[in-house]
Amino acid sequence: MDKITRKRSGSNERLKDFLRSVAYIGPSVLGVLVFFIIPFGVVVYYSIVRSPLDPEFVFLDNFLALLKNSAFITAAKNTLSFSAVAVPLAVVLSMGLALMLESRIPLKSQFRTFFLSPMMVPVASIVLIWQVVFHYNGALNGFLLTFGMDKIDWMKSEYSQLVVITLFLWKNLGYNMILFMAALANIPRELLEVADVEGASELYKFFAIKLRYLSPTVLFVTILSLINSFKVFREVYLLTGDYPYETLYMLQHFMNNTFKSLDYQKLSAAAVLMAIVMVVIIAILFKVEDWFGKDVEG
Amino acid sequence: MKKKRLFGRTVMFLLCAAFALLFLVPTVLTISNSFMSQSELSANYGVVFSSGTSGSGGTYMSERVNLKFIPDKVTFSQYITVLLKSPDYLYKFWNSVILVIPIVLLQVAIAAIAAYGFSRWRGKIRAFIFFFYVILMLMPYQVTLVPNYLVSDWLGILNSRWAIILPGMFAPFSVFLLTKFMRRIPAALIEAAKLDGAGEWQIFTRVCLPQCRSALYSIAILVFIDYWNMVEQPLILLPDATKQPLSVYLSTINSGEVGLAFAIATIYMIPTLLLFLHGEEYLVEGIANSGSVKG
Repeated sequence: MDKITRKRSGSNERLKDFLRSVAYIGPSVLGVLVFFIIPFGVVVYYSIVRSPLDPEFVFLDNFLALLKNSAFITAAKNTLSFSAVAVPLAVVLSMGLALMLESRIPLKSQFRTFFLSPMMVPVASIVLIWQVVFHYNGALNGFLLTFGMDKIDWMKSEYSQLVVITLFLWKNLGYNMILFMAALANIPRELLEVADVEGASELYKFFAIKLRYLSPTVLFVTILSLINSFKVFREVYLLTGDYPYETLYMLQHFMNNTFKSLDYQKLSAAAVLMAIVMVVIIAILFKVEDWFGKDVEG
Repeated sequence: MKKKRLFGRTVMFLLCAAFALLFLVPTVLTISNSFMSQSELSANYGVVFSSGTSGSGGTYMSERVNLKFIPDKVTFSQYITVLLKSPDYLYKFWNSVILVIPIVLLQVAIAAIAAYGFSRWRGKIRAFIFFFYVILMLMPYQVTLVPNYLVSDWLGILNSRWAIILPGMFAPFSVFLLTKFMRRIPAALIEAAKLDGAGEWQIFTRVCLPQCRSALYSIAILVFIDYWNMVEQPLILLPDATKQPLSVYLSTINSGEVGLAFAIATIYMIPTLLLFLHGEEYLVEGIANSGSVKG
């Protein structure tokens, strides 16, 4: 008897907890459903029918058509190669900066602020300044000339990706660096002190201790940089317009131009494909982190 | 040994200083150039922007670009144009304010409540939903753009401010960060409040939120920066130019008005700057405890 009432009150408690959690999570979930998940379902649906007006099931036709589209292939290749270079650079360089600022140097907090300053500058003036610097008659080429070197057409040559990578790094390193600094501050001091007493070299300390504790942050920064590498389109677009130099033609240009021509099937198929690729990349990153940081409490 | 350390530290310092100054250049240029007269600007940058300018035919143009940090003559003429002569800019600035402030406040509020729900009660369903948030958070804007457009169309809010504010309110990023943060609040603290007879809402507002102050502030800053500089969303969801924020206008400014662009950019930077100066410590602290990505 006693047992049963306790059990019932227990399940009552669980039900209550469930209802409470629904009350708190509910509004957010509802919004996410309405504004992101349901419409994304519709996008998936569009990607497998002939057209919204002629809803005949065509399965992979739209995807196959997309993979034969040369503009899409160029865009996908450029985006991949950009992210493949820019994201690792963003991770390694910001970690380097964080390690540098971690060593006791004067003006540390001022430097931190300086590194964060790019976050404040509006896109438009970033674009103006990048033009001033990288234009064919710009500051950088002027600099090259004074040293007797040839001018380089930065924005309209193979170098254009380099320019955009610079811009991306300039914008994102500061914040990534802060994330790493925070993680470095959380490494147990005793561990590093013991290593010091044992006479471990800086290099050993880095690989054997710090990197292990940083691995969750490495993952976090990688993912954040990946998201931000897609956002760099804003600057590229403002710098170069709808049809930039070929190596700068990104997936976002493709989406943008397809959006303008209202080609829903192509657009939906591209969105779904992009989503799938992102999920795969994230899954791989999670696995890597599991393997890397398994012996450290995260 | 000691000497070696000192040497190493000096090298570090110099490296850091060089990098930091390099990072600061565009910010300083934006501000200092906003005080240059249009003629000085076109003399300095004319080679780059000349194709767009119509009236600069007679003015002096240097052969090369001069990156100048200190104006020959400080002028406020751009600021006078922006602030006094033409109400258009202030109007668009106001557009930005009434778009961004509701998004920041509502997104953080909704996210805080949801994050409390996610961190206070665990379970398979909630874990699954949370995973979905992580995936959604990582989707590039280009993927969510089409769904966003469709929903606004159905709801009939296309071309109204709600088309931007409503999806902005529910962005999963801040839910994710706040949940990570709230999970670090010691369970004992919540149990103690419960023993004292506090209800859930009281625990949330009196125990949980004060613990998260730095996280809330840092997320608010990030969300603010993100939406304050938005360009793509309004172009597609809010084509009505009279309702568009200044960030969109700023990005379309033509190269003939470089001086104006710098002045507007400087003014546009002020709110972000204030937030930064007031909350940089929070920004650092708030992130420090958010940890890894996985639930």
